[in-house]
Amino acid sequence: MSAVEMTTPIVRKTALNAVHRQLGAKMVDFNGWGMPVEYPASIGCGIINEHMAVRIGVGIFDVSHMGDIRLAGPQALAAVQHISMNDASRLAVGQAQYSALLYPQGTFVDDVIVHRLGEDEYLLVINAGTREKDFNWVRDNTRNFDCKVENLSDDFTQIAIQGPKGVNVLQRLTDANLSAVKFYWVTRGTVCGLKNILIARTGYTAEDGFEIYIPADESTSVQVWNEILSAGKEFGIVPCGLGARNTLRLEGSLSLYGHEISDTINVWEAGLDRFCKMEKPEFVGRAALEKEKAAGLKRTLVGLEMTGRGIARDEYKVLDGAGREIGYVTSGSPAPFLKKNIALAYVPPEFSAMGTPVKVEVRGQGVEAQVVRTPFYKRPKK
Amino acid sequence: MPYPTDRKYTKEHEWIQASGTTAAIGITDHAQESLGDIVFVELPKVGEELTAGKTFGTVESVKAVSDLYAPASGTVTETNGDLATSPEKVNKDAHGSWMLKITLKNMGDLDGLLSAADYEKFVAEEGAH
Repeated sequence: MSAVEMTTPIVRKTALNAVHRQLGAKMVDFNGWGMPVEYPASIGCGIINEHMAVRIGVGIFDVSHMGDIRLAGPQALAAVQHISMNDASRLAVGQAQYSALLYPQGTFVDDVIVHRLGEDEYLLVINAGTREKDFNWVRDNTRNFDCKVENLSDDFTQIAIQGPKGVNVLQRLTDANLSAVKFYWVTRGTVCGLKNILIARTGYTAEDGFEIYIPADESTSVQVWNEILSAGKEFGIVPCGLGARNTLRLEGSLSLYGHEISDTINVWEAGLDRFCKMEKPEFVGRAALEKEKAAGLKRTLVGLEMTGRGIARDEYKVLDGAGREIGYVTSGSPAPFLKKNIALAYVPPEFSAMGTPVKVEVRGQGVEAQVVRTPFYKRPKK
Repeated sequence: MPYPTDRKYTKEHEWIQASGTTAAIGITDHAQESLGDIVFVELPKVGEELTAGKTFGTVESVKAVSDLYAPASGTVTETNGDLATSPEKVNKDAHGSWMLKITLKNMGDLDGLLSAADYEKFVAEEGAH
C-alpha cells in the first residue's frame, strides 16, 4: 500500500450541510462546496420529483454557496455601470436586473443579478465558483469610484423557494405583502421572526419564486429551513438539490457559467444582447463588443431537441448531416417536465435557423436532433 | 436489504439469474438507488455476443451515463423492450426488471461471481469508504 496518506481537499460547507445529510441527500463537490445533488426517493424526492414539484407546486433550495458583493457610496451607481453590461440606472430602489461582468475582450467574468437596495446601494449576487474571482475583479475595477465594495458572501444563508406555490408558502412566514412584489423586485420584511430580511422575487428555475437572505449562523439557518418545509407541507414542498436546479434552468434556457458563458465566449455569441446596453457610453468590454458586432458572429448559441433516440450531454460534439463536426453541446440533459432530451449548443450561424437538422455524437454515433426555439419552457401566464 | 438468493452478483452491481443455459441480466437495487431516476437504457441487439467483464450497454440517469458490464459471456437472445419506453421500471423494481437474456457460453463464468450474502457485504464495505 502507498505510504503517502491521502488527505481530502477542504470542501466548504453551507450552514445547512448537516440538514441535507440528515435528509439523506446525495452530496457532491460543486466548485469547492459540499452541496446536495438530490434528496432520496424515500422522502418523495429524486431529481425528477424535485423538478416537477417546482413546476407544479413548490421546492426549496439551499443556494448559500452563491456570492454577494455590496457596493455602497456616492458613486455606487457609476461603479456598477462601469463593470456591469446592463443599465443599472433604470433600476428603481427595490428593483433587480440580470446582467454580466465582462472582461475588456467582451467575454464573461460572470453573470450576475444586480439588486438596487437603496439610493446608493447595490447588491450583486454571483456564482459560487467565481466568488473570489468576482470580488477581486469588482474591487480592482471600481477603485476610482467613491464607493465601498464589500464581500458579504459569508454573511448570508440564501434559500430559494421556487414554484407557483412559493408565494403561498413564504406569505405564511412573513409580514411583507408579497403580492405587491413584482417579479425581479425586492422587499424587506420579518421572516420566521427575523427582522429586516431581504426578500427577492428572483430565481434560477424559470418559475415564480423568491430568494431570502438570512443570517448565516447554523441554528438560524436550520430553523428557517425547517419552518419553510413545515409551512410548505400542504403545498407538497420538497427539498431540491443541484440536479433539479440544473434541469430547471436548462428548460428555461438560463445560462450557466462555464457552459453557455465563459471567459472565451462573448455576449453576442451567447445571445444575451437584450441584457447588454450598448447605449451606455462606457463599460468594461464595450469597445471589444462594438468590434465583435461589426465582425459578425462565428458561432451562436442554439437550443436543440433530440429527435433520435439518445441524450445529448455537456461537451458532446454537434455534427452536420454529413457527420462533420460543427459545434458542441454546452449543457444537455433529459428535461423532466417537457419529457424530451434537450441541449444548448454552439453552432455556426448558418445552422441556427429553427428546424435545422443536426446530429449529436453520442458514444461515437450521430443521433438526430433539430434546432428549436428557446426558451424550451416558459411558465404559464396567470 | 436482503438480496434475492436465486441469482449471482458482480462488483459492477449487476445480477445474473441462470435457468439452464439461459441467463437473465439486470442491475441491482443498490445500483438503481445510486443512479437515481433512470431515463435511458441502451442494450445490444439480439444476436450480439457479450464477453464477460466487457461493457455491453449503458444505463443513463438524469445526471449521468453508466456502463453496463457483462457478468458472463454469451449470445443475446432477448432484450426487454419495456425499458425503452419505461426505463423507470428499473428504479421501481431493479431485481424484477431483467434487461436482457443470453445463452451462456460457459456455465463456469458464474462460479466466480458473488452470492447474495457476498454482494451485500461488498455493498456495505463500499459504503463505508
